[in-house]
Amino acid sequence: MKKITLPLTEDVIESLSAGDAVLLSGQMFTSRDAGHKRLTAMINRGEPLPVDLKNATVYYVGPCPKQPGQVIGSCGPTTSGRCDAYTPLLLRHGLKGMVGKGWRSKEVIEEMKKQKAVYFAAIGGAGALYADCVKKAELVAFEDLGAEALYILTVEDFPVIVATDCRGNSVYK
Amino acid sequence: MRTIDTNEIYKAVKEMALACCVNVDGGVVGMLKEAATSETNDAARFAIETIIKSDEKAARLGMPACQDTGMAVIFLEIGQDVSLTGEYVGDAVNRAVKEAYAEGYFRKSVLDPLDRINTKTNLPAVIHTEIVRGDKVKVSFLAKGFGSENMSRVYMLTPSKGVEGVIDAVVETVKLAGSNPCPPVIVGVGIGGTFEKAAYMSKKCLLREVGSVNPDKTLAGLEQTILDKINALEIGAQGFGGNHTCLAVYIDKFPTHLAGLPVAINVQCHSVRHDTKTI
Repeated sequence: MKKITLPLTEDVIESLSAGDAVLLSGQMFTSRDAGHKRLTAMINRGEPLPVDLKNATVYYVGPCPKQPGQVIGSCGPTTSGRCDAYTPLLLRHGLKGMVGKGWRSKEVIEEMKKQKAVYFAAIGGAGALYADCVKKAELVAFEDLGAEALYILTVEDFPVIVATDCRGNSVYK
Repeated sequence: MRTIDTNEIYKAVKEMALACCVNVDGGVVGMLKEAATSETNDAARFAIETIIKSDEKAARLGMPACQDTGMAVIFLEIGQDVSLTGEYVGDAVNRAVKEAYAEGYFRKSVLDPLDRINTKTNLPAVIHTEIVRGDKVKVSFLAKGFGSENMSRVYMLTPSKGVEGVIDAVVETVKLAGSNPCPPVIVGVGIGGTFEKAAYMSKKCLLREVGSVNPDKTLAGLEQTILDKINALEIGAQGFGGNHTCLAVYIDKFPTHLAGLPVAINVQCHSVRHDTKTI
């Protein structure tokens, strides 16, 4: 299986095709609907963001609380489509990778092609397995959002499928 | 008249909630293993194998299989010869859910529908009560995740649509849901009754034991027909394609009005988490 280190580079992005199974290692930030709404508002107001979007990878996730001795609780992907309304703006601000589950809107895929970005599908419901791949979880912003707070995760061999590649090809029908 | 302290209901709900959110239904894991051996689509097989590994890891680590530990749905079938004593039964159930979600480190996903402020306790639970014959209380717990709940639908068909219309409605629901409800899914279908009766039946169907055969032969046949049609869609595990879109279809029916044909479809992801206890 192909191993990839984050942050993504243009070469790596171009080398990926829809349907490839990949193991991700490195850093990605967490965000879902509520976090995206806030990031969008901050961009529109011209405020500095709590996370640098340049070449960044986002993971759409709202984990369980961690148990004592754990790095993070169960943390499988959530439905990516709920972030679609906000995604093109983030892509225009440097976002290169997205990890979630389920198909994306036409607008998102068009912007991915323009910006050369890639969308990975993590396996929905495999929360315990993904928690085991997270080596570090650092709270960065939006603590008040609870499960939707923005964390930077350091992951190792995090299994995903390339769902939509930078040419707009998709594993979904 | 038999007297049952509601503390017994509290204990049953708490015990089931703590166990269910960690241990996915063993029958489902068995079906997934079977699916993995026959799936020829590489990405779909990768998805199914990943799910199996995760379900087994969840049980071993004592952590929730899926981070969406759901909204707690409780069904109480209360025998009419039972006298409940002690704490108000609704409070007993909610106390059990609150404690289980805190002690189990489960995600608290419940919030006000409009201002979106989280209750931070996963309360309230959705509680359905029925008065039945006898002197027992049957308590069922279902942790319902919303990736799949969001894909559920109610159709108010015209009678002329008939059985074909029912089949089309279920297949269309799964098709429109696509990759979103975390296939392979299980589909609960309520046919007939009224708008809310159909929805209630579709949810309660999901409590059926995996692999159980519908005692009504007509419905059993319909379940198989719909299952085959759904799997012919080739949405596949996680929407990656292949033959394993749906593991089972469960149907219940109830007489309806001559002018209507309600059909409710409740979609359940592969993280099947429910249990029943009889007191």
